[in-house]
Amino acid sequence: MFKRINQKALFTRSITIFLLAMTAVMFSSAAMSVQSLRGDSALDNKANKAGKHKIATVEGGIERSFKLQPPMIPHTIDKYKISLKGNGCMKCHSEKAYKKEKAPKVGDSHYITRDGETLKTISSRRYFCNQCHAPQTKDNPLVENVFEGI
Amino acid sequence: MGLFSKEGTFKVLFFGFVLGVIFWGGFNTAMEATNQESFCISCHEMEENVYQEYTDTIHYSNRTGVRATCPDCHVPKEWIHKIIRKIKASNEIYHKLLGTIDTPEKFEAKRLQLAQNEWKRMLGTDSRECRNCHDFDSMDFDKQESRSSDRHEEAIDNGWTCIQCHKGIAHELPAGYDPADDTPGGEEEDEEKDD
Repeated sequence: MFKRINQKALFTRSITIFLLAMTAVMFSSAAMSVQSLRGDSALDNKANKAGKHKIATVEGGIERSFKLQPPMIPHTIDKYKISLKGNGCMKCHSEKAYKKEKAPKVGDSHYITRDGETLKTISSRRYFCNQCHAPQTKDNPLVENVFEGI
Repeated sequence: MGLFSKEGTFKVLFFGFVLGVIFWGGFNTAMEATNQESFCISCHEMEENVYQEYTDTIHYSNRTGVRATCPDCHVPKEWIHKIIRKIKASNEIYHKLLGTIDTPEKFEAKRLQLAQNEWKRMLGTDSRECRNCHDFDSMDFDKQESRSSDRHEEAIDNGWTCIQCHKGIAHELPAGYDPADDTPGGEEEDEEKDD
């Protein structure tokens, strides 16, 4: 009789342990598969701070990766504004200024309007430089880039 | 007797001294009060136009927290030059009363002329107010970008002054104005040197 009771208790115990283990696995896998972009922190905690990205200054400029790539900007641009009143980039990169400032000249194509007319000042369709040209940071890429250039 | 006695002379000298301290101190305090940024932007003409633009620039906010306020650039530090500028500023009060630039549109229309006045003033004093803080002798050219240090050395050699190149650094440039027209240097001048 003593033996029988023991066996029954053992059976109940193993079932309980199995169920507990299953629940634990279910909960942990659920917790692992669903995670918001702001990280593992609770709702009432502040999200992880985004890293600081310092704009890199590259002497001599950044080489192009392919022939028609808009050259990337090798310096900070926070001092220069592009507005209705003026284009800060043109302080150095304009036809008039580039020699004095030893800056690369804006491409000839940028002076041509959509009707094929060549202007003396930059064409309005090329006015917003940072639509194509962007400054760069020295961060480690989040994903490996295998592009080798053309 | 009174005044000409020994005691009288002492009294006259003493009261003269005390009154001198009061008047001179009062005058200087009043003048210093007009040399505060809060005084400058108490006029909406300054606060809504030039001050707003300036808050975006490095002279207002930067890594080390050192600031150049309005009078640091626009009012000379030396007493005699300061007084002369303050007397000239009475013209600004006159135009404040006239309302010459009391709307942003009026200000924008006058901006080129006003900017040119200030550029001319700085050119005439070899950018004295810039040089209160920025000194060629204290510049470490190794810490500058090579393009900047090349240009600065060019400027020292040719005796150029800050404002000739550094226009529109604390306020926006007037619409349609191309600083490249006035910036010194470039090919033409290099060719002249070779001759």
